[in-house]
Amino acid sequence: MRSSLLPIGIISAIVLLGSGIGLLAGSRRKMDLEQWTVGGRGFGLILVWLLMAGEVYTTFSFLGASGWAYSRGAPALYILAYITLGYVVSFFILPPIWEMGRKFSLQTQSDFFETRYQSKALAALVSLSSVAFLIPYLEIQIAGLGIIAQISSFDRIGRAPAMIIAVALVAAFVFAGGIRAVAWVSILKDALMIFAALAVGIGVPYIYFGGIGPMFSALAHTRPAHLVMPGATANMGHAWYISTVLLTSLGFYMWPHTFAAAFTARSAAVLRRNAIVMPLYTLSLVFIFFTGFTALLVVPGLANGDLALFTLVRKAFPNWFLGLIGGAGALTAMVPAAILLLTAATLFAKNVYRPLFAPAMSESQIARLARAMVIVLGLLTLYFAIYSSTTLVSLLLLGYAGVTQFFPGIVLGLYSNRVTKSAVFAGLLTGLLTLCFLMFSNHDPFLGINAGFFALCLNFTVTFVLIRGQKKNRLLSIPTTPRSTPK
Amino acid sequence: MPEKPSVRAVLLGALPFLAMCFSVPLWDRIDPIVLGMPFNFFWLVLWIPLSSLCLWMAYRVDRHRR
Repeated sequence: MRSSLLPIGIISAIVLLGSGIGLLAGSRRKMDLEQWTVGGRGFGLILVWLLMAGEVYTTFSFLGASGWAYSRGAPALYILAYITLGYVVSFFILPPIWEMGRKFSLQTQSDFFETRYQSKALAALVSLSSVAFLIPYLEIQIAGLGIIAQISSFDRIGRAPAMIIAVALVAAFVFAGGIRAVAWVSILKDALMIFAALAVGIGVPYIYFGGIGPMFSALAHTRPAHLVMPGATANMGHAWYISTVLLTSLGFYMWPHTFAAAFTARSAAVLRRNAIVMPLYTLSLVFIFFTGFTALLVVPGLANGDLALFTLVRKAFPNWFLGLIGGAGALTAMVPAAILLLTAATLFAKNVYRPLFAPAMSESQIARLARAMVIVLGLLTLYFAIYSSTTLVSLLLLGYAGVTQFFPGIVLGLYSNRVTKSAVFAGLLTGLLTLCFLMFSNHDPFLGINAGFFALCLNFTVTFVLIRGQKKNRLLSIPTTPRSTPK
Repeated sequence: MPEKPSVRAVLLGALPFLAMCFSVPLWDRIDPIVLGMPFNFFWLVLWIPLSSLCLWMAYRVDRHRR
C-alpha cells in the first residue's frame, strides 16, 4: 500500500480552506432573508460569474463528463453544446427575469410564478416539484464526493464519514453566509477546477501517447465507432442529440437555483455580460473529455465510467497530485451542494411552508425556518446518499427534464400578455405527467427523441391551445409596466 | 412587460443553435482531424468562442436601446 497520508492531508486542507472562506464571507454582514438568498441584489460581474460557474460545474462535469466520454463516446459531446447554448438562452431570458425580480422583490423561482400569474396553486405546484427535483441533484453531489474521497485516499477514508464531514461543513457555511458564502468558496473551487482540468487533460494524453493528437489517432484507429454518434450506445443518434441539446439548453436556467442566481446581479447588464463570458469556461470541460477518451485506451473495462478520471489520475500521477485533484473534486461537489441546499431550504420555508401552514409568517421568521431547513435537508440528503440506490440517478434525469417543463410558463410570462394561469397550469401538469409516465415505463428515448423534449412539446401545445381558446376579455392584467411600442 | 430583443439580436442568438445543434448530421464525423481532434469535437470547440462572439455582437446591437 502506497502512502495515503499525503493525499488525505491535501484534500483535507483544501476542503477546510474552502469552508473557512465560506464561513468568513458572510461574517461581517447582517443576514436577513434578502441578503442570505440573493446577496442583497448587489453582485457585480465577477461574483455573478463565480456563483454561476460554481453551481453549473458540478461533480457531473468532473466525473460524469469524463465518464460519458469513456463509456458512451461521441454522444457525450452534447454536454459541450448544451452548456454553451444554455448561456445563449440566458442572454435573452435572465435580464427580463432580473427586471421583474427587482420590481417585485422576488427571491425564488416560485415567487416569479406567484407574482406573474397571481396563483398560489401554480406556485405550490412549482415549489413542490422543484424541491422534489432538487433533492436527488443534491444527493448526487454528496455521493460523488464520497467516491472522490474514497478513491483519492486509497480507500482509507470511507464514503460515509467523508460525506458526513462534507455535509456538516457545507451546512455550516450556508447557514452562516448564505449565497455570498457560496460565491466566495467558488473562487478556490474554480481556480482548482481549471487547474485540474488542464493538468489532467493535457498531462494524461501526453504521458501515454505523447500528445492529444496521437491519443485521438490511436482511438480513431482502434475504436472509430466510439468517436461518432451513437458511439457505444444503441439509441443516442442525431435525433436524440438534437432533442436532448434543445431540452437541456432550454432547461439550463430553469433549475430553481440557476434561475434565482439571476436575482443576485446588480443590474441586467451584468447578466448579459456574464452570458457573453460564460461559454469560455466551457472550454475547461474539453480537457475533461480528453481525460475520458484517454482512460478508454489506458484503463478499459471499468464497470462504472464515473470512476474513469480518478482511476487514471491515480495510475498516472504521484500521490500529492492525486490529493490536489481530489481536493478540487471535493469542492466541485461542495459548492453546488451548498447552493442546492440553500435553494431547497428557501423554497421550502417561503413557498411551501408559509402558504400552506403559516400565511402570517414574517420575513425574519422565514429566514429562521430556512436556516433550520438547511440542517434538516442536509441530514435527509446524507440519509439518501449513505443508503443510496441507483434509482436516484434516474431521478436526476427526471429532474432535468422536469424543471424544463417550467420553460413555457416563464418565457410566455415574460413576453406574452395573453398567457393565463390556467393555460400554464394545464401545460405544466401535462408535461410533468407525460414525463413521469415515459420515464417510469422506460420509454426514454421515446421514438428516438428525448422523452423530456417530447413532454415539453406537449406542454407547449396544451398551453398554446388554451391561450388561443380564451376570450380576450379574460386577459390577465400583468403586474408590470405597460408594454412598450415595438420599434 | 419587458422589451423584446431586436430581430437582429435573436438571429445572432439562433446562429449558435444552428451550428452546434440542428446541423449535427453535417459535422458529426472523424475526418478531417483538426488540431489533433476529430472533426465533430473540433467543430464544437470552435463554436464555444464563436458563441461568445455572437452574444457580444447581440449585446452591441441592442445596447443603444437601453
